[in-house]
Amino acid sequence: MSEDLKELGAMIETRNADAVRDISVAHGELTVRVSVAHLQSVTEFLKKNAACSFTTLIDITAIDYPAREKRFDLVYHFLSMRQNQRIRIKCAVREDQIAPSICDIHPGANWFEREVFDMYGIMFSGHPDLRRLLTDYGFQGHPLRKDFPTTGYVELRYDELAKRVVYEPVKLVQDYRQFDFMSPWEGAEYILPGDDKGAKA
Amino acid sequence: MDGSNFNDALTGEQKIRNFNINFGPQHPAAHGVLRLVLELDGEIVERCDPHIGLLHRGTEKLMESRTYLQNLPYFDRLDYVAPMNQEHAWCLAIEKLTGTVVPRRASLIRVLYCEIGRILNHLLNVTTQAMDVGALTPPLWGFEQRELLMEFYERACGARLHAAYFRPGGVHQDLPQQLVDDILQWTKEFPDFLADMDGLLTENRIFKQRNVDIAKISEDEILEWGFSGVMVRGSGLAWDLRRAQPYECYDEFEFQIPVGVNGDCYDRYLCRMQEMRESLKIMQQCVEKLNECKGGDVMARGKISPPSRSDMKTSMESLIHHFKLYTEGFHVPEGEIYAAVEAPKGEFGVYLVSDGSNKPYKTKIRAPGYAHLQAMDQVAKGHQLADVAAIIGTMDIVFGEVDR
Repeated sequence: MSEDLKELGAMIETRNADAVRDISVAHGELTVRVSVAHLQSVTEFLKKNAACSFTTLIDITAIDYPAREKRFDLVYHFLSMRQNQRIRIKCAVREDQIAPSICDIHPGANWFEREVFDMYGIMFSGHPDLRRLLTDYGFQGHPLRKDFPTTGYVELRYDELAKRVVYEPVKLVQDYRQFDFMSPWEGAEYILPGDDKGAKA
Repeated sequence: MDGSNFNDALTGEQKIRNFNINFGPQHPAAHGVLRLVLELDGEIVERCDPHIGLLHRGTEKLMESRTYLQNLPYFDRLDYVAPMNQEHAWCLAIEKLTGTVVPRRASLIRVLYCEIGRILNHLLNVTTQAMDVGALTPPLWGFEQRELLMEFYERACGARLHAAYFRPGGVHQDLPQQLVDDILQWTKEFPDFLADMDGLLTENRIFKQRNVDIAKISEDEILEWGFSGVMVRGSGLAWDLRRAQPYECYDEFEFQIPVGVNGDCYDRYLCRMQEMRESLKIMQQCVEKLNECKGGDVMARGKISPPSRSDMKTSMESLIHHFKLYTEGFHVPEGEIYAAVEAPKGEFGVYLVSDGSNKPYKTKIRAPGYAHLQAMDQVAKGHQLADVAAIIGTMDIVFGEVDR
């Protein structure tokens, strides 16, 4: 199984030498890292090439790594019903970078790219209709970024006087509970209250 | 002045223009909170723009701040028509990353309950779709059977709907023998009900008029829009993840994959009816195999699962393990995985990225209904307004999973 995947990966690498950065096989899954500039050509190759024929787009998503210079990883999953094979394409993009849309190759990418734009704020060039999809009309911010608080910034309620729904800054009756379950013997990097006394003595 | 140009004599209102209507967000045929902006030319749909997200709860964001075990119940709330099939994908993802082997009995129980989920889903879909096109009796009959199945859910885990029964490493508790016997008994009685349903719908003139040749899906469309499940099989492609990429122990069961011929709503209805019969076969084989391994463990005992109750009460290490498991949770090794199951609606997948801590770094839920609904414009174009209800029904849309 993983031998086949390695062979497939090697073939993709030789045919797209300037696009492919890295190939790895883990847990029986093939991951190919490509550069953003070649995303479209690689996708097209994967779809057209008979040995690949990754004709079904399964999913597009992104991962946020705030500490990295290229902040986001775009992740594409493809499926080949003919070869009964799956592949994962990853490419890193900067926060201000515009990624190419693959809507021309896979029309089904439309909503997935809209969702990535909605959730992470990554723009896609050549997308026919890049609007927000899942969040509220007029929503601001990109919720799945790591720096976006889980509670959000606004809350809404029905105002009896104005006879309509109004938006207000979020007010919490208690802090959002973010438990730290790490054992102080293992992972904790903070100083527990009282620890500093020991250092002084 | 030959009289051919009368346009200047028409007022603005008399000029024919397309008519825009709002379908939903609250409409009984929308199967939840779907808002469709439809552009109509007479009764023909020219353009269809689905607005989704009205049930968006931010599941993926919430999951990033909870432990792996705490995240499990969120999956019941995605496709709430067949909850355990979703849990299955989550458990498979964790088990693949941690390299856990599920005990045989747990594996069989999972298959049994996934098939119950499939019947739950198809019963709801077939009957409510019949209601969308005008029949009232099927949902009344079908929901009675659904109630019986949810009783089986309740007897296994205590909840009719939000089960949280599949756990990483197995299932929460073993099934009592009486329950297994009752399920077997039910699988013998259910075909009679299916025959009744057949009699109500299959040759029903109105049902056929409303479904035959509606929303025909071609093979190209399937590939372009990323369809899966019955939407693929209705058009004649025998693609089923249970057969093509077997997970759990599906490879040891005998069942057929029903496929349609024309790829229209009616063929998909027939596929769903036949799939229920195939599910019954799997369930019966399951019960047989379960009876061969009575008393086996249903949890892979180890880091990711709780110790047995008696161990916990007698052994200090087990008590500590139990406490740590339910507070800190277990850690999943660094890595990424995509685990997919053949949910009743199509391919339901979980993409999980772990950073080695006790919480997922990133989870992406791939819902089949999402890909189907986005093709709404393509599929509904050229159909009548009344067919929109039939198309939503046949796509099997549930907003818990589309909006997440």
